[in-house]
Amino acid sequence: MEQECQKTCLHDRHVALGALMSPFAGFDMPIQYAGITEEHNAVRRHVGVFDVSHMGEVRVSGPDAYGFVSHIFVNDVTGAPDGQIFYGMMCYENGGTVDDLLVYKVNDEEYFLVINASNIDKDVAWILQNAEGFDVRIEDQSPYYGEVAVQGPEAEAAMEEILGIPVKDIAFYNFKTMNVDGEEIIVSRTGYTGEDGFEVYGSHDFTRKVWDKLMKGGVQPCGLGCRDTLRFEVGLPLYGDELSADITPIEASLSMFVKLDKPEFIGKEALAAQKAEGVKRRIVGLELEGNAIPRHGYPVEVNGEQVGEITTGYRSISTGKSVAMAMINKPYDKLGTEVEVRIRKKTFPAKVVKKRFYDKNYKK
Amino acid sequence: MSKVIEGLLYAESHEWVKIEGDIATIGISDYAQHALGNIVYVDMPEVGDEVTAGEDFGAVESVKAASDLISPVSGEVVEINEELEDAPEAINADAFANWIIKVKISDPSEAENLLDAAAYAKLCENE
Repeated sequence: MEQECQKTCLHDRHVALGALMSPFAGFDMPIQYAGITEEHNAVRRHVGVFDVSHMGEVRVSGPDAYGFVSHIFVNDVTGAPDGQIFYGMMCYENGGTVDDLLVYKVNDEEYFLVINASNIDKDVAWILQNAEGFDVRIEDQSPYYGEVAVQGPEAEAAMEEILGIPVKDIAFYNFKTMNVDGEEIIVSRTGYTGEDGFEVYGSHDFTRKVWDKLMKGGVQPCGLGCRDTLRFEVGLPLYGDELSADITPIEASLSMFVKLDKPEFIGKEALAAQKAEGVKRRIVGLELEGNAIPRHGYPVEVNGEQVGEITTGYRSISTGKSVAMAMINKPYDKLGTEVEVRIRKKTFPAKVVKKRFYDKNYKK
Repeated sequence: MSKVIEGLLYAESHEWVKIEGDIATIGISDYAQHALGNIVYVDMPEVGDEVTAGEDFGAVESVKAASDLISPVSGEVVEINEELEDAPEAINADAFANWIIKVKISDPSEAENLLDAAAYAKLCENE
């Protein structure tokens, strides 16, 4: 039995625009409108808008909110000013990853968590399960919020001029709560493309109004196809590819977000041990010789023996090179190591490189 | 509505075949190129390789995904379209003009399993 797909509040807009639609994380989502390459380039060079209403939002509030967020989150929110945002993960006791997420600090007694659509049910259950003994209120606000991401070097101009939302004063990885059209909305300087940009959270009605204004203003609608090529080029992980219940943040080469000097958090012991002993495998970048394209799941070999596998791979739209992120066993993870990628019947030489194939362009 | 050309034979996996004597010229249909989107790479066999009807002989790749090429006939590859190595997007521009491989057919009776233009157009309509 095929499960019924949910629709975001912008679904009818995507259909009317003639988008190629496909199920993703339980939602019927737009993959592309004009084409992945054209949309990708619009975000790198100008501005594009994504419907990301499928993302989940969880509000944690109450006297123990700070202590509880510290308990479930591997990054450290201690001492942060109100309005700051943190990227990080929730982990299991064994260090495997529950999800990667953004934590918005409203104040010491209120945090807003943005989680992956594919993990909403699992995350909410995990959060509730671990809230015992903390004086907090947990609200899954995913059904209420619509969300769009306005991304690209011209994002600030689009926000100010087309939407009339003042964003100049919002710093990178900060947010503001504003009253617009009689409702409270959240605007943050964040994204998943490696470009400057904003994410806007509001009611379904508000989100539709924002989308329609951006369309009228000539902003390129962008689908999940280029969302993936954009995040990949700047080395950002996707849960399910570079992170999972079987992959720790240390193995994903994301240890800079794991604050082992924090007194306590779920998974700390396992992650500290892994850091101390060294990982047996980790995510690296690969650059292939030639034009063949590595894809998720393709084996990586040395002397005919498998030493890893591709987690995400593309012909990079921005650089034209065949590149990939891959989970590789030690000691083949060192920069410059020569490996081979098996693509159908042949193997292709590749080299371990940094997993950043295109430089980020954040406004910090 | 995608284009279908009379006089060619078609496989259910969306390859087209033009048979002249014992040589089969093989490409992918307009329907297939449209479904794939921007083609960025064509993985082709080498001249002299054997291909088997119903088995893959390479792949056509869009930005997002790889799609196997299934041979409609069996035989030996006698020519590959080398122009596709540098310009795979030519298939998007004209899928019928830009063939992929030519095969010397070893079993002409296999062509009987393929669809004619009318039957193939109907298949595309129902997908």
